[in-house]
Amino acid sequence: MEFTWLSLCSEETENFGRLLGGLLRPGDVVCLYGELGAGKTVLAKGIARGLGVTEAVTSPTFTLINEYAGRLPFFHMDAYRLSGPREMYDLGCEEYFYGEGVTVVEWPERVEEVLPAERLNIYLKVRPEEPGQRELCLVPRGRRYEELLGELKELVRAGH
Amino acid sequence: MGVKILGIETSCDETAAAVVEDGVKILSSVVSSQVDVHRKFGGVVPEVASRRHLELINPVIKEALEQAGVGFGDLQAVAVTQGPGLVGALLVGLAAAKALAFALGVPLLAVNHLEGHIYANFLVHRDLSFPLVCLVVSGGHTDLVLVRRHGDYRLLGRTRDDAAGEAFDKVARVLELGYPGGPALERLAREGNEEAVNFPRASVEGLDFSFSGLKTAVIQHLHRCQRAGEEVARADVAASFQKAVVDVLVEKTLEAARRTGCRDIILAGGVAANGRLRAAMQEGARREGRRVLYPPAELCTDNAAMIACAAYYRYLRGEEAPLTLNALPGLPLAPA
Repeated sequence: MEFTWLSLCSEETENFGRLLGGLLRPGDVVCLYGELGAGKTVLAKGIARGLGVTEAVTSPTFTLINEYAGRLPFFHMDAYRLSGPREMYDLGCEEYFYGEGVTVVEWPERVEEVLPAERLNIYLKVRPEEPGQRELCLVPRGRRYEELLGELKELVRAGH
Repeated sequence: MGVKILGIETSCDETAAAVVEDGVKILSSVVSSQVDVHRKFGGVVPEVASRRHLELINPVIKEALEQAGVGFGDLQAVAVTQGPGLVGALLVGLAAAKALAFALGVPLLAVNHLEGHIYANFLVHRDLSFPLVCLVVSGGHTDLVLVRRHGDYRLLGRTRDDAAGEAFDKVARVLELGYPGGPALERLAREGNEEAVNFPRASVEGLDFSFSGLKTAVIQHLHRCQRAGEEVARADVAASFQKAVVDVLVEKTLEAARRTGCRDIILAGGVAANGRLRAAMQEGARREGRRVLYPPAELCTDNAAMIACAAYYRYLRGEEAPLTLNALPGLPLAPA
């Protein structure tokens, strides 16, 4: 049960993230797939807003993991600089994934093996003919995330 | 007899230790990625894992003491980076520093990593005058800081998305220069025309920065060329991109100096080693009667001498951190 949504600009992407963030619960994991410049960090910023994070959310590429305090703890990870799953494991990623906060992972394809089997995958694509627009494809893995996606669809349909 | 401080830095990729006397005399500065240290200890390129820090911390401290020609008994204090950084990495340095301070009966001093970068300037410049504006610009940070006096900082502006160094590294990768590729991009840019492509300067109000849109603009430019079947003038793209970053950094830093009435501007962090940035900042500052200073390249990137230097001024103020000191991954330098 996939869900594809078209974002016309980065503000819309961020707003979509905010809606999603508002629905997230402790232990939820969201993986963001997409090329450089696809809008992963923009979406993550929105998710942080939805979780009540007021601090500025900046790219975790260099720092690998940024932690924020919101309605729930928010962990923003980036595997871009990692050589593979082993390094992600060494960073103590399991404590984040199976803890009380919400974790968003950018460049998850680099560390697939250590990611929880149940999670929400979001694939971001630049529309070649419209470089300002992004296609977001949401793929739930596991029952929790199918329910989550159902709730999100309703919110989006209600025109939030 | 001067005050000798052992500095320890493990906030990110580098395991580093240094001995600095009186805040200005670098007796030793050992950084684990240095080739000779690797050969000596058979280590691999230090990556992010805490375990690598753990393997390297003792040999690096030992090497720092040996190169300095001092023993543990000669140290007046032990300084360590408390944050910001990776918690697992920070903890390795903290544990080592606490154990040493306790065993030696000397003060433990906690230093903010960004404060350390700022103090790299105090290691080499003796005549800095307060207040001064510091641009801390690296792979992880792009911060404008007002330094009113030793230990007194105010954050004037920061990046809202990507750090400038991160933008350099990511654009270097799309130009197939490898990652991290900041220095390689600078070299390629020397052969290019920086007016060739007019990349957008991010329009963020005030003294904040934004580099994410610029990165995306470069990627889209490359895709457009590809689709049109045009050959990409990589050197021109590199030079035009670099100019866009440098223009914004210079403009905002000078604006910060104007607003705060600072004559001296200092640069810090890995991107402060960029020659184009140094030259443009010098030129802009000279026109306004301001001065720009920066550390040598090896003190721009992460090192422990800067930590020992910053700690020296804390030592003079009689500060001491408790042995219960904890790592703070999000430690702010100053209230915004």
